[in-house]
Amino acid sequence: MVTLRLEDVGARHGRRQTLTAVTTPRLAGGEIVAVIGPNAAGKSTLFKRIAGLIPGPGEVHLDGTDKAGKAIAYMPQDTGANAVLTVYESVLLARKQGQSWTVDEAELIEIDAVLAALNIADIGQRPLDALSGGQRQLVAIAQTLVRAPDIMLMDEPTSALDIYRQVEVLQLMQNEARRRGMLVMIAIHDLNQALRFADKAIVIVDGRLRACGPCAEVITADMLREVYRIEARIEKCSRDFDHVIVDGKAA
Amino acid sequence: MAHLSAAESAEVAVAGRGQYRALARRKLLILMGLALALCLSLCVDLAWGPARYGLDQVAVALFDPSGVSPVVRTVVWSIRMPVAIMAIVVGACLSTAGAEMQTILANPLASPFTLGISAAASFGAALAIVASVPFLPIPPDYAVPAYAFMTALIATVVIHFFAQARGTSVQTVVLLGIALVFTFNALLAFIEFLASQQALQTVVFWTMGSLGKATWPKIGITLAVLILSLPLFARNAWALTAMRLGDEKAASFGVKVRRIRLETMLVVSLLAAVPVSFVGTIGFVGLVGPHMARIIVGEDQRFFLPAAALCGALLLSLTSIVSKSLIPGVVFPIGIITALVGVPFFFSLILSNMRRAW
Repeated sequence: MVTLRLEDVGARHGRRQTLTAVTTPRLAGGEIVAVIGPNAAGKSTLFKRIAGLIPGPGEVHLDGTDKAGKAIAYMPQDTGANAVLTVYESVLLARKQGQSWTVDEAELIEIDAVLAALNIADIGQRPLDALSGGQRQLVAIAQTLVRAPDIMLMDEPTSALDIYRQVEVLQLMQNEARRRGMLVMIAIHDLNQALRFADKAIVIVDGRLRACGPCAEVITADMLREVYRIEARIEKCSRDFDHVIVDGKAA
Repeated sequence: MAHLSAAESAEVAVAGRGQYRALARRKLLILMGLALALCLSLCVDLAWGPARYGLDQVAVALFDPSGVSPVVRTVVWSIRMPVAIMAIVVGACLSTAGAEMQTILANPLASPFTLGISAAASFGAALAIVASVPFLPIPPDYAVPAYAFMTALIATVVIHFFAQARGTSVQTVVLLGIALVFTFNALLAFIEFLASQQALQTVVFWTMGSLGKATWPKIGITLAVLILSLPLFARNAWALTAMRLGDEKAASFGVKVRRIRLETMLVVSLLAAVPVSFVGTIGFVGLVGPHMARIIVGEDQRFFLPAAALCGALLLSLTSIVSKSLIPGVVFPIGIITALVGVPFFFSLILSNMRRAW
């Protein structure tokens, strides 16, 4: 099973240090890890650094995978909907990178399966530029999922989705993580969804790791006061799920 | 995007690949249609001129030259064929160059013309025409194309190195291209100001763009550049298509964005500079050819690349016919006609963009 461990990982943007000495314990396949933190905290930078899209100091230790160079798939926030392509073509495009021109039946079956799993098969022939924001986000998820990576880094994949779709996508990612033994890291602002679907949480503040561990231990009233400057309580709901209840801004 | 049951989803999924196959077949048919239209246009181009021949006569001249009179044979093969073939090859080159420039710079306005490559070539040609002492040991027949090519290449290298600089956005590259257009136009005006009456006339005619300069060796060189370029673009077809989704998205797919942009830019520079150096400034094809292709087959490079080449070739071939038809006995410089006919055509394309052919 794939594992990921970060050791003193950093990154710079121009002269500004955007990520500083991030070290995590071993994160294992089959888990959902919520990456949380305020806006511009460095969550996207962390993902890009892990995916090898930007350089920086430190080591990204990746073990238990034989998909050299294709083990990690990063889903950026930008859904890139300017190209004159259909949804189906854009997902095929993600699947076929570095491969031959010809498309065989097995590859099309994979694409159909991903579109069906995300419940977007019916918009497969629609042009990308005719999609809503939420639909684009689902297509971006399909483009990432179709590459069958061992580690998925999803940058705010549910930010434009309605509540039904949010639950549907997070549920799907949870199932896929368990089924494929895939490590799914999701940058997310909805802490209740993080508590509900994630196994672990990583808190990033000003490019530094503030905490990493099981959600219940990381998402606490103290952390919310310190990181988000809000007064909040974590309480169990009637179905025994932890829930963040915000009382207001911290003094 | 309805919420479907599992059974319904499975049914839609099966339909999905069927629809994709049908779409791919449709695009293939469009490509074949374009190729057919191009063959027809070539035949009409060969038949059309001060002496007009029937298409049947042209067909005989092409496939059984001994079946037609020596005059027809000479007119078709020696006079009209180089011009007609040059129109096709130059059109394909410029349109392919424009298509790939638009792809890697993510800008629909990018073309050899708008990025200053054509302006640079014009300046180089003017320099060769006006300067009586050649700077390089080049045969007189090739002095003008050689200088045009070198300045076009310099412009492309400048654009390329600028694009390579860390932190340079594609918008900056396009702005640099526009700045190059103004710079080389100013230098051209400077040379024209200093030129003799006769040299000035030659420079002006050259900058208008004319297929009349076509010879078989020039066709051979231009065709060789096109044939050598296409496999490189074809090899990177998936990566180039991904780049239309934006750099970050393409990189997330595993595309080495900087490397692909560098490779493509270098090849495109050659593809744009060589035809311009032989036939002068033919501005519109590199812009409108890719747009036509985009509208009719979309941006999957496996279809877009051949479609752009075919559209450019067809466009310039048709323009070649028009340039001979406006006033009997007069062949207008093709650069004038591409702009005159191309602009209204281009606007009609943009306005009808809502109705995609595919």
